[in-house]
Amino acid sequence: MEMAVFAVFALLAVGSSLVVIAHRSPIYSTLSLVVTLFSVAVLFVLLGAPFIATLQLLIYAGAILVLFLFVIMLLNVGRDEGIPGGHRLQLATAILGALVFTGMLGLLLRSALGGGPPAPLTEQAVSLSRLAQELFAEYLLPFEIVGLLLLVAVIGATVIARRATEEELAVAPSGPLADPTARGGGPEAPEPVGAGAGAPRPGYAAWSSEADRAAGGARPASVPGGRA
Amino acid sequence: MSAGPAVPILWYLALAAALFAIGTIGALTRRNGISIFLSIELMLNAANLALIAYSRQLDQRTGQILVFFVLAVAAAEAAVGLALFIAVYRQRRTIDINRINLMRH
Amino acid sequence: MSAELADLVATAIKLGVTLAILINVVPVMLWVERRGGALIQDRPGPNRLGPLGIFQALADALKFMFKEDVTPSAVDRPLYLMAPALGLLPALTTFSVVPFGPDVTFRGHVYQMVVAPAQTGVLLFLAIASLGVYSLVMAGYASNNKYSLLGSIRASSQLISYELALTLAVVAVVIPVSSFQLADVVDYQRHHGWNVLPQIVGFLIFLVAAFAETNRLPFDLPEAESELVAGFHTEYSAMRFATFFMAEYISMTSLSALGATLYFGGWTLPWVHVEGFAGVAVGLAVLFGKVACFMAFFVWVRWTFPRFRYDQLMRLGWKVLLPLAIFNLILVAALTLAGVL
Repeated sequence: MEMAVFAVFALLAVGSSLVVIAHRSPIYSTLSLVVTLFSVAVLFVLLGAPFIATLQLLIYAGAILVLFLFVIMLLNVGRDEGIPGGHRLQLATAILGALVFTGMLGLLLRSALGGGPPAPLTEQAVSLSRLAQELFAEYLLPFEIVGLLLLVAVIGATVIARRATEEELAVAPSGPLADPTARGGGPEAPEPVGAGAGAPRPGYAAWSSEADRAAGGARPASVPGGRA
Repeated sequence: MSAGPAVPILWYLALAAALFAIGTIGALTRRNGISIFLSIELMLNAANLALIAYSRQLDQRTGQILVFFVLAVAAAEAAVGLALFIAVYRQRRTIDINRINLMRH
Repeated sequence: MSAELADLVATAIKLGVTLAILINVVPVMLWVERRGGALIQDRPGPNRLGPLGIFQALADALKFMFKEDVTPSAVDRPLYLMAPALGLLPALTTFSVVPFGPDVTFRGHVYQMVVAPAQTGVLLFLAIASLGVYSLVMAGYASNNKYSLLGSIRASSQLISYELALTLAVVAVVIPVSSFQLADVVDYQRHHGWNVLPQIVGFLIFLVAAFAETNRLPFDLPEAESELVAGFHTEYSAMRFATFFMAEYISMTSLSALGATLYFGGWTLPWVHVEGFAGVAVGLAVLFGKVACFMAFFVWVRWTFPRFRYDQLMRLGWKVLLPLAIFNLILVAALTLAGVL
């Protein structure tokens, strides 16, 4: 039974991760990564870590990847044509990947993994309260530091991604905070109704580019990830 | 759950190695900054799987706690990384890694 | 019959019962919504089909089935087709951690009346509910339509913003109970009284966040009929649109069940103690009675309040609810440490 579940979700994980790295559209890559994360979460449950599995779904699949999708749609990220260098380079990287895999597998086989299969999972081993006790007793300092790290990350992300305010632009019109993609003076794309002041311009504004206007409206090819 | 044969931990570790290798290939062959970032997240996940597998094998909770911290750090990293992408896009109008290479000029 | 087989059969029965109830909520809600709204707005509402218009839902279902299914040619096909189904999955799955009756002993084996007695109970509910964002995002993106994309961006940012306040309110309930499992939360309330009184702030946060999570007025800007054509489901017709509709009502039901279990004692009533299978029937009735009260409240609010503007919505979520939820959490933690809760 455990074997069957492992087989199904391991194959699903590998398959969807191949789609992640191979698909040209970043939206499909992100959605495939969601499938991969879900399969890995199931494997976590099989390995006796239900709490971590739930956290993975809640944080990774439910928040981080949604953030990825947001940014992809915001920046209107198009299809990824792959690095120049053609088939030879792709073959080289594939061989490198296979080498990495076999190398790691060899190391794993030689590592001292103790004798045989692990003891069957007991109620106590999986218990959440034991995990919590260990987390807040032995690992209290890293816990607090990670909290600080998250705070710094939030502040940093807000500062990096914000637009310059009027005063800053007046002082340094072409400085690092200036936004050359903002069109001043000419016909502006209309801001969405009710959008908060200073919210980043959504990616759909890129649909009303010059080529699209000349062609008389948005064409399917200009849709990110759409059929060319 | 019924008693079928337990899955040897080595298989979980092999799967983690495979995912990591796939992530490496992805990080090297993509032109899009965001796609590279996705491959890196895949590698992080492979490492998480390996940590949990070892935690099970050695019957300790250290692996799970480490994964807890890795999740938090990955969240922070994703936030900052995506903010950087937004900032770079504003300046250069692209996130093609071949075109945002200042050191080449 | 071996223990595992018995467990499997029991789970299948529980699953069947809960799914049957959940899916049948939709036509009932359709009627309640339209007649209730009509009552509030002082007009008759549907009254042609059957006494008091109770067969209206049947007529709607038939209409949806026979309506022409228009799929626009320039949509991103796989995502477009997957999005409605993907919205239904989290809505149906989240209910599986909610208990609906006392433990039943049958032939020497104890069965818990939860479809999935996972150790991480509520957290699993929140995790699966947070996966519901993807259906909205996919629908909006795949539709190849400015209004749909805008609606889906609004919807997903609204969802993830209010998820935080919802999670913190839920965690505040879990702290005195010392367990994520909802059966333990119900047990705690049996001994300490309903959670709504000591945690009224948390309950209000939960309520507001629940409205935002299900895209119900006053937070239904993503599907605002007068603003964005129909938001993220503009390009969907017939059965696909009906699927979105169903997903919304079912997620409302699941969240109401969660609210009833966290704050109002779930399947128990203070003076009622019935054991065995009869107890399960009573428990189901009590739980869905409370869910019905919640749903009536949802309908009442929908036809009463005007809609929030997007920036007002985000301001409320981040600048009001989140600090309140954090404050509530700290308060509950302090009270628990002091032994009061």
